[in-house]
Amino acid sequence: MITLLLILTPLVAGLIAFLLKQGNSAKTFALLASIATLAIALVAVFTPGEIGYDAAWLNNLGSRITLKADGMAKMLSLLTAVSFPLIFTAVYNNEYKNAASFYGLMLLSQAGLMGVFLASDALLFYFFWELALIPVYFLCSIWGGEKRIAVTFKFFVYTFIGSLLMLIGLLFMYFNTADQSFSLQSFYAVKLSAQQETIMFWLFFIAFAIKMPIFPFHTWQPDAYEQSPTATTMVMSGIMVKMGVFAVIRWILPMFPNAAAQSANLVIILSIIGMIYASLIAIRQDDIKRMIAYSSIAHIGLMSAAMFTNNQTAMDGVMIQMFSHGVNVIGLWIIADLIEKQLGTRNMSQLGGLAQKAPVMAILLVIMALANVALPLTNAFIGEFLMFNGLFQYNMVMAAIAGISIILAAVYTLNMVQRVIYGALNVITEKATDIPLNVKLALVIITLLVLVFGVFPQPLLNLTGDSVSALFVKK
Amino acid sequence: MNAIIFSAILGVVMMFTGIFTDKKPVITLTAIISLIVLLTVNLLNSYGLFSIQIDTKDLLHFNKLGLFFNTLMIAATLIFVLLSGSEIEKISNKTADFYALIFFVLCGTAILTSYNGMLMLFLGIEILSIPLYILTGADKHNLKSNEASLKYFLMGSFTTGIMLMGIALLYGATGTFGMASVGTGALPPSSGVQGPAFLQVAGLLLLFAAMCFKVSAAPFHFWTPDVYDGAPSVFTSFMATIVKAAGFFAFIKLFASNSSLLGPTWNILLSFVIVATLLAGNITAVFQRSIKRMLAYSSIAQVGFMLFALYSNNDLGTEGILLYTVAYSLATIGFFAILMKVKDYTFDGFNGLGTTQPVLAFVATICLLSLAGIPLTAGFFAKYYMLASVVKAGGPLWMVIVAVLFAAVSAYYYFKVIQAMYFKEGQPETSEITGGFKFGLLLVAAAIVLVGVLPSIVLNCFYF
Repeated sequence: MITLLLILTPLVAGLIAFLLKQGNSAKTFALLASIATLAIALVAVFTPGEIGYDAAWLNNLGSRITLKADGMAKMLSLLTAVSFPLIFTAVYNNEYKNAASFYGLMLLSQAGLMGVFLASDALLFYFFWELALIPVYFLCSIWGGEKRIAVTFKFFVYTFIGSLLMLIGLLFMYFNTADQSFSLQSFYAVKLSAQQETIMFWLFFIAFAIKMPIFPFHTWQPDAYEQSPTATTMVMSGIMVKMGVFAVIRWILPMFPNAAAQSANLVIILSIIGMIYASLIAIRQDDIKRMIAYSSIAHIGLMSAAMFTNNQTAMDGVMIQMFSHGVNVIGLWIIADLIEKQLGTRNMSQLGGLAQKAPVMAILLVIMALANVALPLTNAFIGEFLMFNGLFQYNMVMAAIAGISIILAAVYTLNMVQRVIYGALNVITEKATDIPLNVKLALVIITLLVLVFGVFPQPLLNLTGDSVSALFVKK
Repeated sequence: MNAIIFSAILGVVMMFTGIFTDKKPVITLTAIISLIVLLTVNLLNSYGLFSIQIDTKDLLHFNKLGLFFNTLMIAATLIFVLLSGSEIEKISNKTADFYALIFFVLCGTAILTSYNGMLMLFLGIEILSIPLYILTGADKHNLKSNEASLKYFLMGSFTTGIMLMGIALLYGATGTFGMASVGTGALPPSSGVQGPAFLQVAGLLLLFAAMCFKVSAAPFHFWTPDVYDGAPSVFTSFMATIVKAAGFFAFIKLFASNSSLLGPTWNILLSFVIVATLLAGNITAVFQRSIKRMLAYSSIAQVGFMLFALYSNNDLGTEGILLYTVAYSLATIGFFAILMKVKDYTFDGFNGLGTTQPVLAFVATICLLSLAGIPLTAGFFAKYYMLASVVKAGGPLWMVIVAVLFAAVSAYYYFKVIQAMYFKEGQPETSEITGGFKFGLLLVAAAIVLVGVLPSIVLNCFYF
């Protein structure tokens, strides 16, 4: 029942938000609704063991409304539930035209995301997968930047093609299940020939790879992140990309272990190429948003490489990193949004000296930046360390090459810090003021999460431990 | 039998209504009442409560599927008239005649869902087509409408010729017009011919070509864009949904049992037609500037998906074609009803509709999402069943992949309309929109979403 509430609360709240006439009330309503969701998510996290919900839906198709929350699902629903109040707090002062629709769509996308993480029925999973996409498409296209229409459409078409390929995969698996059902367990039990398994692996993997995104399916991402309204970018890079990572762990790895092992080398090499390539491009960026976008590709690349090493330590790292990256990147976006709203530009070449005008912001930016570099004591370090550890055990050369991205991450991130907050003030940055209370609140919470989980990650590891061990016991 | 008899009688009634009254709303009201009567008698027939029995010498054969399909068609027509009746009134003073023709089309539909022999198939197709030639040219002072009508008539009659030729060959081979005999009644063994006779194969192929023309499958689709574009929009909506679905039903009924005669060639032939139809429809639709023309091409593209039911030829395919009919008809009728309210049919004409007419834009979005096959709308399950039926039948996976890639292409042109409505600025000119019309539209949207969440509603009605 708790799991159902996790989806229904944002869904119903989203639909209600559409009907609110005043923008302000919609804003407050959305914030309250997201806090309510967070409370439910906390209850879910502290409920021990697997929780679930099951109801009849499409009997003649063999599909049921089955929700299950194991450790990984709980962790990701917690991430979703934590992120939305933070986002709503941080953008509380932003004015959106048609605010009611804006917040309604945001909440709908939250419902979709929750559904993706909790669904334990393939068709239901597919529904939520799309439900998360459509609101984001509208959010980006209506409230985005100048080139929004073309860019978000590219994003939409990419992910739509991916989803449809996955749909074929789902259908094929469905007809091969023993009991003609879409349930996760039946899908796990399907026995395929080696060739079928490889085909199915790719049909699913392309869908998830586009969402993550993994090189070479990443081309939609930097443009989409740049053009979207920042609140939506936070959802996309903080949570939506985790859909892809999550889906690989939940669906692909247990369903097609042999094909996954076979293709592991290829996937890891692609991921590493993506990491290095994205890091190099990130160094060259002048726009803060684009830089964060490319840095995000690099981080996701590491996660996807670690997933395929078939190593339990690495998988633990992926779990932690999914949460950490989600929180950290939202922090970075909040600061990027703040700078853009205050100064009207996101170009580092036009910024400088903000430390003098906005000292609190500068401190918080440095913390976010260090978390992005995965410095020890920050939460990202734990994840990256475990993942590199696993990757190293898998193949030393690959780990070494991937390791270069750590250095590159330091280069672009610290370069950004230097150019934004140090140096002399100029005409534009003269106007800067320190950060407003609501943004400070959101960032302080994020800082706490960064530090607490950086020093004491065990609760997260315990939470996701059951999902990870289940994954490795199966084989 | 009820539907055939009553639709013919009610058609005549409609013609006489024109004599007794000039008031167009009254005529429309009569039509609506007549449609409800027709729906009722057909429902009574479906549940075996009241049916007129006539010995048709087994030329017509009524089964549950056919009767249910009739119900769908009549219900779709009812929704169509409720939403767009006022548009029919606007075309000219012959409102009553138009309604009469619509009833005659329904009569043809009812024959096509129950025919049990080539003769009745031919009659059904003709009863269906001839009123359409007239409806296409209904706007008689408009040259485009005239051109479309003439084109449709010439090409349609030519195809009828081909069809008759096919039937004649089949008759020559088997000595009867019956359906069952096509597949089985080969030449006696003494003739020394192995397998199906040449005449049978040739006859079937000619019939195949003719039916492809009727449902506008490539490469026999060239008439569609011009006719759909030239005809008054309100009748385009009717043709693209009810008429096409009926033609489709006849197509499937004809080949479901007889395709085995063609052996493996059948699958190759059909996959060629499917891929060609998807290709021609989708790719051309991408380049259209007028939304009406885009819809004409997209209706060709949708046929490509519907043909999957013919390919798979199993239960799932049958259920799928019912769902597809419902989903596609609802979305198309709904969207055309909105299109007719907008003065400018180009994509730019829709710019900013989201701001000026939020209800229209919202419903149009739901319709377009459904046409594109996005989950939570009826169109998703329609496409889902089609793909599922082919995968179940063990059809080639490449064809399914090609189909979904084209589905993604179709998202491109459907979403272009959504982009225009919501993401672009503009002041679209619309004709007057009543509250009742908006309410009707919202009901259509609700139905689309409802079927999209619980498709079993439609199928349960069928299985009862």
